[in-house]
Amino acid sequence: MGAIRKPPRRQLPGPVQWMRENLFSSLFNSILTVVAIVLIYQTVVPFVGWAIVNAAWSGQGREACLPYADGACWPFIIERSGQIVYGFYEQAERWRVDVVFMLLGIGLAWLMMPRLPAKGAVGVVMLTVFPVAAFVLLVGGMGLPPVPVERWGGLMITLVVAVTGIVASLPLGILLALGRRSELPVVRGLSIAFIELWRGVPLITVLFMAANMLPLFMPDGMTINKLLSALIAVALFSSAYMAEVVRGGLQAVGKGQYEAAAALGLGYWRSMLFVILPQALRLCLPNIVGNFIGLMKDTSLVSIIGFLDLLGIIQSGNADADWATPNTAMTGYVFLGAVFWVICYSMSRYARALETKLQGGDAR
Amino acid sequence: MRFFPRSIAAALVAVAAFSGVAEASKSPTVERIKKNGFLRCGVNEGLTGFASPDAKGNWSGFDIDFCRALAAVILNDASKVRYTPTSAKVRFTALQSGEFDILSRNTTWTMSRDVQLGLEFIAATYYDGQGFMVPKSLKVTSAKQLNGATVCTNTGTTTELNLADYFRANNLKYKIVAFEKNAEVLAAYDNGRCDAYTTDASGLYAERLKLKKPADHVILPEIISKEPLGPAINHGDQPWGDVARWTLFALINAEELGVTSKNVDQMMKSPNPEIRRLLGVEGAFGESLGLSKDWAARAIRQVGNYGEIFERNLGQGSQLKIRRGVNALWNKGGVLYAPPIR
Repeated sequence: MGAIRKPPRRQLPGPVQWMRENLFSSLFNSILTVVAIVLIYQTVVPFVGWAIVNAAWSGQGREACLPYADGACWPFIIERSGQIVYGFYEQAERWRVDVVFMLLGIGLAWLMMPRLPAKGAVGVVMLTVFPVAAFVLLVGGMGLPPVPVERWGGLMITLVVAVTGIVASLPLGILLALGRRSELPVVRGLSIAFIELWRGVPLITVLFMAANMLPLFMPDGMTINKLLSALIAVALFSSAYMAEVVRGGLQAVGKGQYEAAAALGLGYWRSMLFVILPQALRLCLPNIVGNFIGLMKDTSLVSIIGFLDLLGIIQSGNADADWATPNTAMTGYVFLGAVFWVICYSMSRYARALETKLQGGDAR
Repeated sequence: MRFFPRSIAAALVAVAAFSGVAEASKSPTVERIKKNGFLRCGVNEGLTGFASPDAKGNWSGFDIDFCRALAAVILNDASKVRYTPTSAKVRFTALQSGEFDILSRNTTWTMSRDVQLGLEFIAATYYDGQGFMVPKSLKVTSAKQLNGATVCTNTGTTTELNLADYFRANNLKYKIVAFEKNAEVLAAYDNGRCDAYTTDASGLYAERLKLKKPADHVILPEIISKEPLGPAINHGDQPWGDVARWTLFALINAEELGVTSKNVDQMMKSPNPEIRRLLGVEGAFGESLGLSKDWAARAIRQVGNYGEIFERNLGQGSQLKIRRGVNALWNKGGVLYAPPIR
């Protein structure tokens, strides 16, 4: 032990020392610190007061919240929690949504936990069996009574749209990105046309076209499910964005890698699958997750075409005269913001962990 | 544009061929509703008193009850309605694309919508219009006393223009404080930044509930603009329009004749010929619509007459407490005047 000479310790790292070094190292920094503390005090304290201390926590209807003029109206959220999660899905059938949520949760957890085995098999099940099972459970069929999509809503529809978009956009996006870099002119041309077409129109227009304009061009009597057309629209839209993200990754992989793969005698698909794509996807992982998070938040646009998603269901609830108080709307929006933040932040944390894990390869 | 549906063309030819015959003309929409077993109704995503879902997911409201009355008339079950919440932006396109059978969504009946959009407005179910809310402490009883007042409203809406017209016509001075969002307007008014708040009267009653002390504010009697709200259907199916229009007229006539959801069964025995015709004891008015003869009785029993619907959703039976005002019957100082069932 004594053989190794430690560098001398400068000083005891007490809290005062830490503050002096980090918060008050110069006059300018001291001023910034004071200003920041004042700002935090002036925003956080009233917010905590509004959201917790002065808030109504129990009771029924607007009478429960009216006495708390300067506080949140949580009974509104509590009373509507079922609707916020399931929309108007029949009470007796809600277990089906729970099962889908649970399957999704277990599948994702399995894929994310580093220690669990058989990731490939679980991934395949999640991409093939799970969507079918989820479809049957949510829509009905095979002995389950049908639930029309008009009754879907809330978090459930938000997740259905987001998960479909996320799951469909990555493989489609990869194919489109490869297509755009292809040497075959027809494939390249079609890919470019597809990507630029979908990137050139706003999502709100796409949804509007899918839900309201498409039926006008259909023959009489033929109807297409509005949710299905919206899901397809979201998937195609996000895959165009994903394609460009993946293309960025492909371009960042050095030319030497392509040549090395070719020198090994690997064909196009093998070299892409085993050499290029793993590197490219790792490089653009932050952007991919950024896209996913953006998509998650864009899902609230489906309220334009008549689906009461998370945002829509809270806005609808605000119109209930039995809950009309000065704070109902604000409470709903704060809650909504928190739910979105939790979901998006979890995605971003997982992506960070994944990046760190994948960077292990570079450290060698 | 949608091609002229063959079924409608066939129906029209049939009507032309048998004109004068008492046979009920079939409405393709009504036939489809009967076949599906439910009515598809486009409604507001959430408007206090007109359409909002409760915690159990049941829609209620004034516009909702009209859909329920139609379902009672056609399917004998007011609950057989599928509601599609639809935003102000897409409502007409959604109606035209056939997403629902009727748009019952506090839509103002204007000439351009009626004529240029190819819609058929059934009738006005609710006569709305711009009004004023003031704090009771101001001791103002008429909008004419608002000289020199500061008025809060939304930016860039017709509300602002109506306000300017009204004050100029009455030679009054005013100052306007306008905001983008409803919540901002309300907060400004609640914090005393202005003396009065102006928007559509039904909206004033709804917003009043969100004030810190709703009881300290009154809505003045003056209405300074015309906003007749009513349900609309697509052009091309007049028999469907007849069913919808006469359902509304039946509900208004029921109020006028004193037939309510409670006494409808006793009223069947009434000697009053008007009541007997309304309830289908005499005549074949239901049959002429392609329905059964107790069509109106079913709607009144399950949903109530116009007055009951109004009071339950907007009036004294609701949180809003909107006065009948111009929406009272013609013989009670309002403008509701339904043609007779004869």
